[in-house]
Amino acid sequence: MSDISEMNAPVKLSDAAIRRRMIAEFWFYFRQNRGAVAGLVVFILLVLIAIFAPLLAPHSPTAQYRDLLLVPPIWQEGGHEGYLLGTDAVGRDILSRLIFGAQYSLFIGIVVVSVALIGGTIIGLIAGFFGGWIDNFIMRVMDIILAFPSLLLALVLVAVLGPGLTNAMIAIAIVYQPHFARLTRAAVMAEQKREYVTAARVSGAGNLRLMFRTILPNCLAPLIVQATLSFSSAVLDSAALGFLGMGARPPAPEWGTMLAEAREFISSAWWVVTFPGLAILISVLAINLMGDGLRDALDPKLKRS
Amino acid sequence: MVRFILTKLLYLIPTFLGITIIAFGLVRILPGDPVLLMAGERGVSPERHAQLTAMLGYDKPLIMQYLNFLGRLFQGDLGNSLSTNKPVLNEFLTLFPATVELGLCAIFLAVIIGVPVGVLAAIKRGSWFDQISMTSALVGFSMPIFWWGLLLIIFFSGYLGWTPVSGRISYLYYFPNVTGFMLIDSLLSGQEGAFKSAVLHLILPAIVLSTIPLAVIARQTRSAMLEVMGEDYVRTARAKGMPGRRVIGVHALRNAMIPVITTIGLQIGVLMAGAILTETIFSWPGIGKWMVDAISSRDYPVVQSGLLLIAILVMVVNLLVDLTYGLINPRIRVK
Repeated sequence: MSDISEMNAPVKLSDAAIRRRMIAEFWFYFRQNRGAVAGLVVFILLVLIAIFAPLLAPHSPTAQYRDLLLVPPIWQEGGHEGYLLGTDAVGRDILSRLIFGAQYSLFIGIVVVSVALIGGTIIGLIAGFFGGWIDNFIMRVMDIILAFPSLLLALVLVAVLGPGLTNAMIAIAIVYQPHFARLTRAAVMAEQKREYVTAARVSGAGNLRLMFRTILPNCLAPLIVQATLSFSSAVLDSAALGFLGMGARPPAPEWGTMLAEAREFISSAWWVVTFPGLAILISVLAINLMGDGLRDALDPKLKRS
Repeated sequence: MVRFILTKLLYLIPTFLGITIIAFGLVRILPGDPVLLMAGERGVSPERHAQLTAMLGYDKPLIMQYLNFLGRLFQGDLGNSLSTNKPVLNEFLTLFPATVELGLCAIFLAVIIGVPVGVLAAIKRGSWFDQISMTSALVGFSMPIFWWGLLLIIFFSGYLGWTPVSGRISYLYYFPNVTGFMLIDSLLSGQEGAFKSAVLHLILPAIVLSTIPLAVIARQTRSAMLEVMGEDYVRTARAKGMPGRRVIGVHALRNAMIPVITTIGLQIGVLMAGAILTETIFSWPGIGKWMVDAISSRDYPVVQSGLLLIAILVMVVNLLVDLTYGLINPRIRVK
């Protein structure tokens, strides 16, 4: 008899154990997507390159070797030992600049996504939780921001705030946060009708506790996916702003800014144009692959099909 | 349906006002003196400063300035460009057809390639065609198009010498501007080689601009098709012995097209953002390049009104997409 009652007793798991199981389940689904795993590997490499840039780069990203201008990559005729991917118009080593450029891209991505995520989530929580005219007003404002093509609005914002990396990041974050606000609002509105929220409310939880501790943790899946996708868009858009002369200022080795400087050499030195763009493409592609995998692993509807 | 349209239009009013507030406000949240900022590093004499301040109405209270701005907007007066001194609206209307031509060609390419690729990938799910096309779509979706444009220039204009690098048509040809669309005007002119020149000028920018919409449309078509093909009515059609081609064409594709049409409509914002970069790379004389030039020369009336006009344009297109959606899918209307 005692055996049966023991079997019927719910298995108690500590919070840490539950979390471990959730991560294990997530990893199980994520692993099945080969592209996503490849993206993750490239992304980790990118992070390592950014962290260890000073150790990895053969030269300083800003050192100008005046007697080695526009040296082609090492495998091409005229290549110079020690300058694997060649040099640019003022004799800077392209490989070293690309390596340090990884720091910019990751930094931009992290800052933009954090600002947009935190801002958008709070706004969306408020709109979804309180509803009524507050919701109406907030969502109208978000619609208005979304009416502008994002790159154009970011461009004008930067022009108004003054060109530079910080302002570019602020502008991109402002343009992205309506997406987070909308997602959070939709998720909050769906979760709010659930019984566990009512239970928490009845047992006396205050608004803030309900919003942040009860509801928010259950809305995270779509936000994580959106954050990944925004990360890659942020890398792309900040490079585009750099390319248009509104992002990081030269001589910063930001990839988009490097491309802007290289534009006049497209007919004479293909390597100054090709490699920075390739770096952008590979990073963005890796993050997007990861995002696809995350979406499949976190979305229970698609997961089972 | 009338009720549906009216509701949509009513919703547009606050959005429209918001857009005007943002376009007006952006230029006015500048700390400091807007006239000095416009003058930039060149500086400005005190007389000219007073004259400009009065001319642009900066000596009045902010709310009056906004109401003035709105009032003039409804009369079609969007101010004059600081650099050319011509009315902004005229400049916009002169350059607009170039952007529309480029955008239409880009979306045309994206649809005629993206939809069949998406359908085929869905039908042959898991095949090498599916894998290759979806990988390419993801690459296209991740593409920094400003770099992609430069690569195409290096290869097709530089290495092969097939296409020109900039502009809409060779300076050898001159003909009256009838429609504003170079492809049509060059044909109407009847000049030998003019149409070919226009096509060669257009092809690379159109490819570059179509890259991201193409990738998005192909992916969206594939997933919409996959979803529809799992539906009961498709299985029923198959079960009653309908040939596979008809099942795909009549039952699946029609229903799968509904979300795809929305996606195509939503690409207008992407296209405008893309036009900024594409037109800059190819020196295409359209709205995108105009805005970038205005921003770098601090031509604030152009920046302000250009932003406003583009946002209104996107808003109107989104409305049209919504209405089309309601037309195809009656369920939306009833709600």
